[in-house]
Amino acid sequence: MILPVFYMKGSAHKSKRWDLLLVAFFLLLSAALYFLLRQGQTAGAEVLVRVNGQETARYSLAEEGEYALNGGSNILVISGGEAWLREANCPDKLCVRQGKIHLSGQTITCLPNKLTVTVVGGEQTVDVVVG
Amino acid sequence: MKTKKLTTMALLISLAMVLSYLESMLPSFVAIPGVKVGLANIIVVFALYKLGTKEAAVISLLRVALVSLLFGSGASFLYSLAGAVLSLGGMLLLKRIPAFSYVAVSVLGGVLHNVGQIGMACLLLETNVIVYYLPFLILSGTIAGIAVGILAAVLIRRIDVHL
Repeated sequence: MILPVFYMKGSAHKSKRWDLLLVAFFLLLSAALYFLLRQGQTAGAEVLVRVNGQETARYSLAEEGEYALNGGSNILVISGGEAWLREANCPDKLCVRQGKIHLSGQTITCLPNKLTVTVVGGEQTVDVVVG
Repeated sequence: MKTKKLTTMALLISLAMVLSYLESMLPSFVAIPGVKVGLANIIVVFALYKLGTKEAAVISLLRVALVSLLFGSGASFLYSLAGAVLSLGGMLLLKRIPAFSYVAVSVLGGVLHNVGQIGMACLLLETNVIVYYLPFLILSGTIAGIAVGILAAVLIRRIDVHL
């Protein structure tokens, strides 16, 4: 840990204890949130497509299919009980790389196209946990 | 405004813009929207300690506006603006507490930048599903904040600004 010592050298700050505490706090917070949000996730029944916050379509996870979303900006594929985006016209393609989803609450987000695909249904939706 | 201050500010804004641009060319290594190193924050933290609160705010906000204008879209401007404002506010408050050093300030700035972006996305997309990214965004903001803080600390120690 040379660098943390290096940044303290000659600075006005005598101790890095509080810095470490803040870092530890955020690490714990992210771990706690991760487990809290994952709680109660079960396999979902269908996916809900929202564009600009408005629901535009719902597709069953049980039916195989390929759908053009948002006028063709993103291509949704449903197969084997999982959903994923195969193509997108956005520059970063993060939505395509987010992979396959099937648990309730799991979401694929395409921020450039303001589009989300969320798994809903199943026994307990995660929205209940989130409140 | 003195000419020297004007040129220093312009130089720092340009540097922050170049860092943002360089970062946008790097391939993102995780598929989560909003995960970034935030290299431009090196300049904001530097300005916060070397120039002052107002100057750091001007540099940060102008950077966001100019980068969005040149390389971004309308939505990306709003995401970044929310991130920048929240991050600036948090860093200003934390800087007032002497127990925390540059690294803590930069960590809080990194985390709040990510939280602000996601918050704005939740508002714009009218959905709360994006909170699922929050744990990853807090984690990535913390790690990036440590790196940015150490780099900023090195610059703060080595570079003198006389205005």
